[in-house]
Order: sequence, then C-alpha cells, then structure tokens
Amino acid sequence: MAGSVYAGWDGIGLTAMLEVRDLRKTYGSVAAVDGVSLDAGRGEILGLLGPNGAGKTTTVSIVAGLVRADSGRVRIDGKPLAGDTDPTKRKLGLVPQDIALYDELSARDNLALFGALYGLSGATARQAIGAALELVGLADRAREKVKAYSGGMKRRLNMAAALLHDPQVLLLDEPTVGVDPQSRNAIFENLVTLRERGKTLVYTTHYMEEAERLCDRLVVIDRGKVVAAGTLQDLYRRLPASNLLAIELEHADRPLALDELGALAEVRSVARSNGVIRVGVRDLARETPAVLAWLESHGHSWRHLESERASLETVFLTLTGRSMRDS
Amino acid sequence: MNSAFFALVRKDILLFLGNRRAVLMTIAAPIAIASFFGYVFGSGGGGETSRIPILIVDLDASPISRAVTANLAAEKALAVEPSTLEEAREKVRKGKASVALSIPQGFGAAASNALFRGDQKPEIGVLFDPSHAAEAGMVKGILMGSVMQAVSREAMSGAGGRASLDQSLRDIEANRDMAPADKRSLSELLGSLRRWNDYNQNRRAAGENPISAGVSIPFTTREEAVTSRQGLPYNGYAHSFAGMAVQFILFLGIDVGIGMLLLRQRGLWRRFRAAPLSRTVLLSSRATSAAAISMAILMVVFGFARVVFGVRAEGSLGGFLLICAAFSLMTASFGLLIAALGNSPETARGLSILVTLLMVMLGGAWVPAFLFPQWLQQLTLFIPTRWAVDGLDAVTWRGLGLASAIAPTAVLLGSAVLFGVVAVWRFRWEAD
Repeated sequence: MAGSVYAGWDGIGLTAMLEVRDLRKTYGSVAAVDGVSLDAGRGEILGLLGPNGAGKTTTVSIVAGLVRADSGRVRIDGKPLAGDTDPTKRKLGLVPQDIALYDELSARDNLALFGALYGLSGATARQAIGAALELVGLADRAREKVKAYSGGMKRRLNMAAALLHDPQVLLLDEPTVGVDPQSRNAIFENLVTLRERGKTLVYTTHYMEEAERLCDRLVVIDRGKVVAAGTLQDLYRRLPASNLLAIELEHADRPLALDELGALAEVRSVARSNGVIRVGVRDLARETPAVLAWLESHGHSWRHLESERASLETVFLTLTGRSMRDS
Repeated sequence: MNSAFFALVRKDILLFLGNRRAVLMTIAAPIAIASFFGYVFGSGGGGETSRIPILIVDLDASPISRAVTANLAAEKALAVEPSTLEEAREKVRKGKASVALSIPQGFGAAASNALFRGDQKPEIGVLFDPSHAAEAGMVKGILMGSVMQAVSREAMSGAGGRASLDQSLRDIEANRDMAPADKRSLSELLGSLRRWNDYNQNRRAAGENPISAGVSIPFTTREEAVTSRQGLPYNGYAHSFAGMAVQFILFLGIDVGIGMLLLRQRGLWRRFRAAPLSRTVLLSSRATSAAAISMAILMVVFGFARVVFGVRAEGSLGGFLLICAAFSLMTASFGLLIAALGNSPETARGLSILVTLLMVMLGGAWVPAFLFPQWLQQLTLFIPTRWAVDGLDAVTWRGLGLASAIAPTAVLLGSAVLFGVVAVWRFRWEAD
C-alpha cells in the first residue's frame, strides 16, 4: 500500500514515513492518549512536546508496538504493524526513556545482543556495532563494562543500541534526561547527522529549549490530546503577541485585577506566576508605557522589567492556560 | 530468529557468570550446608553416634539397683550419670538430660518378690523431656531388659533372692485359696530355684563364680543398613546434597523471575518488545538459559559431593541426569511463573521466597519426608520438590535403577509444563 501524501513544513509533498491517526488509549477511566494524530517524513525531526504525563510515552509505545491502542491507526512507511514478529518493526528503532542497557556487560556485548534481536550476526553485526559506536563517540570505550560509563556516555550508548539495524524511523523517548550539557550537545549532533542521512526522528521531550533548537516540526500534547502542531513559526503565529513583558512587582502578594489589565487595548495576553506578571504585546516601544501606567494608577510598583521573545512556553501557556513547568 | 534466541541465552549466562558473588553463593552455599547436614545427620562412615544423656537416681542402693545402673551404663546408646532427684528434675527441665530414672528405696526386695507373685510391683520414676519423647521410649525398653537381668540374677544367685524365695514358699504354704495341686507344682518350681540359689551361693563362698547369671534376653540382632548394595554403608551426604541443591536452585529460579520483572523497571523489556521477536523466543530463551545454569550447578554440586564425600549415582546415572534435567526445567518454569504473577520485584520477592521455602521444607530437603505426619506425607506428593529429592535419593544412595527415575521425571516435567502454561497465560506482554 502506498504511503499517504504528507504536507511537510516546507509545503513540499512527501511520503510520510510515520503516519498516526486518531490514537486512543485509556487506563481505567483515564484517557492517556485521546485522539492523537501526527505524521513524520524522511529527513525530519518531529518533536513531541508536552509536560510529564501528557501521553507522549504512551503514544511512542503504541507506535513501537509495545502497547495496543484501543483505537486508531499507525503506519510505518505505509504499512501497519501486524504482530510481534512483523518485519516492519525493523524499520523502527526505539530509544527508551530509561537507560536500557546491561551494566554488567561491555558496550560491545550490549550492542551485539541488541543487534542480534534484529537478526544481525557475524561481520554484519560487527560492522553495525562499529558504525554505531563511532557515531556516538564511544568506539574507544567499546570493551569497557557499561557500569564504568558516565551518565552521558550511557545515554549515548542507549541511543546507539537503537541504530544497529539501520532503522528508517527512530523513536527517541526523552533521550537527554539527566545528562550534562556536553553530552546533550553530542546527542544533538548525532541526531542532526541522522536527519541528514534521511532518517525520520520522533523526539519526545518536555524540555522546550531542546524542542526549539532541534525539531523541524512540533506536536504539542497535553492530557492526551494534541493541542497544536506545526513548525515553530506556525506555533508562534498562533500567539496573540510576539513579545512579552515580564514585570516583577514590588509587592508580590498584593491582589491584582488581571482581567482589567487584560482588557486594555494594548494587551494581548496576561498571566501571573510567582510575583511576575507576563503581558503579551505586539509592539514593545508603543505599548509598554500603557501597561506601566495602568500598574502605577492601580498602586502597583515594580522593581524589575524585562522583555522576552515569545517561546514554546508562551505557546503552551496560551493554548492550555497553564505553564508547562507547573503541569 | 535463532541468532536472537542464542544471543538472549548467551546474555543470561554471561550475566550469571559475570556476577562472581552470585555464582559463589549459588554453588558454594549448597555445598557448605549439605556438607554440614551430611556430617550431622550421619554419614555412615563410622563416625561416633551421639549417646542419649540419662540420669540415675538410686535411692535403693541395693545389689539389684546397682546392677540395673551398671547394665544401663554398659549400653552404648546411653550416657549414664548418677544424680539426686532434685538435680535430675532440674536438668531434664533445662534440656541438659533427655531422661532421668528414679529407683525408689526398697526396689530390689520388692522387685524380687514381684518377679514370682506379680503383685505389689515397685515403680521406677521416669522423668523425660517431652521434646525427646522418642528417646524416652528407647530408654524404657533398655531399662526393662536391664531390670529383668538384674532381678533374675539375684533370684538365682543372691542372698536377697534366696530370702525372697523363702518368703514366697511360706506364702504359698499359707495360701488357702490355692488348689493343693497348684501349691505343689509352684512349691516344687520355687524349691528348685531355692536349691539352685544355694548351690550358687556355696560356689561363691568357695571362691568360685556362680554358674547362672540369671535370665538374659534370648536373642541378639544383626543390623544392616539397606543401601544400593550389600556392604555399602549409607552415605548421608547423598540426601543432604540432593536437598540443598534443590533448595538453592529454586532460589536461582526466584532470581530468574525477579530478573524478568527488573527488565521492565530498567526499560529493557521495551527494547525487547520493540524488536521483531515472538513471545516464544523471549520466554523460551530465558527458560533455556535458566535450565542450563541450573543443570550446570547441579553437576558442579554433585561433582563436588562425588569427589569429596563419595556420593555416586549408585543406581542409574541416566536416571540421575534425567531427574536433574527435569528439575532444571521445572526451576526455569517456576522462574517464569514468578515473573508472570509478580507485580513488582519487591512484592514478588517476599512471596516467592515463602513459597520456595515451603516447597523445600515439604519436599523433604531439610529433613526426610518420612518424619512428617502421614497426612502431610500424602500432601507432599503434590509438591514437585518432594519428587526431586526422593528421585535423587533413589538413584544415588538407594541404588535404584532407571525405572525409579521415571515417575519423578514425569512429575517434574508435568510441573514444568503446568507452571509454563500458567506463566504464558498470565504474562503481561505489554510494556509498562
């Protein structure tokens, strides 16, 4: 069956490597995934962004065939996954959120095992192991037991284990949790390399900075539902304001009529968090004085003022009414 | 997907061998404990048997009571020590002696009189530790023989016995209820004994030994431990090694189950399930590695027992290997069952240890099953470990042939299948 036509971020018609339609999965009365749909094409990094518990891992688990969906459809290169031994699974590589390695075995023995799960053996396996270790920069530590590795090295090896069988689609479930900035950068470089090789990467994260930096397109999930999808620019365009004023009040505990402030013509959005109010405006130079004047007229003095560009945090806040960090 | 199957098996074996402490524990622990149990519970190698500690309170101090004490002291099975009544009671209460015998004052004379007339029998007090009731029974048996020997000897050659015979003859003469014919017969019997006593006393007065030493027990015993062949002593190490090997290999089964539950926690299960592997490969590879490791441990442990303690498959080497293989498979299935029924490693560990210890205990790994009450012995026929231990006993020290291994092997394989079916049925295939 031919793949569906996928409209990529650049608007060019591409064949979707991964096609997910209307996935639903409930545990008891809780809907972990509630109608999630997404597509990902070749040479693309698709970010699956949402707070912890949003349904990202469940979505990835369903895509990888680990969890059976109550309803919905998943196609890999146009084909659905049918059963445990479906050869289509070879097109998928999964990087679990946990460091899924045997500490007591060497890196090479770990990779030999995980390669064998996909039928790799002999020279083919050795070549694949060498290439994967080379990519993640661990070739010179291949014979060491994993328990001697740093957290960042383990994360890199965790990713290498999913690359051995040269999958077309790589599912990365929070692959940078707990790693140092240096290892994070190294992982990002690896992912960019894989994108350049034409791989499809689905990258789940709750780090907005990572998503902004790495992903070509984003699917924002909250409470099992897709709340927004598109490129970073697409998402920003959905914001009522492109700039934010972050105003730290002198008296954080004093009541403030947010509704009244939000009703000003110059104000596009307003939110308050920990003594700081964030006011969305389109034109900083022209609209800031009106906001400050309103504060002064209502008896609120401020000690610090700064402007921010709109971010994914702003997008999430705008779409859900909650901060992703607080979710 | 043979390469995946063998890679998974190889991984388990590498992990097992890589954990040297676990290897040492799994092999050294059963060897150490089995060696100790084998030594304690009788190796049959000529080691000295422990004696039953008993106390004698001789309040009579007559020739008969002294003879009884001497007879008891001569018994190999007893360690006799004189005592006072209070001290004896205290020692038995504290468990320092199993039995105390209190011989009352006048026992000698009363016993001699009662020998022929049967009335007014004197009473020997038997104080015993209720936790050693079997030993008390054994002491009473030995006491009976000792008293009979001492009293009859006194009747036939002692002064006290002659006085007792005289008294008996007078009593018979004065008895008006006895028929004349009976009186005559009994008087002739006792009169003959009286003359025999005189004869022996005269010999003693002349410095010669009396001819009769009294009544003696009219038989001796020839004991033979029935083992694989005549003349081969019982090797207690065979049973203890069977029991301990079974126990520690079941513990290995727990590790298999817990290890599979840990796969979920560590995310490895997600990686395995993401691969194009059948459920059969995933479970059978773990079962195969577990069975192979179990079999290897059994061979090492029994190899040690053979070299150091001379434990051999006296009956059938083939039967021995069959039982070992069947038990290894059962252990592997048991591990899968734990993985299937356990919610988490923490909850599964406690419950599976309890079940394992029950299986081990009821299987006769600690003490032989014949010591259990009858109903419990019947119940333990449903415990696979009972068949494993009994089967290994049969083909090792009992020296029974291949046929004796068929039933244990069948039961163990049946258990393996049962556990396996339940494990597959209840296994949570979905990743957490």
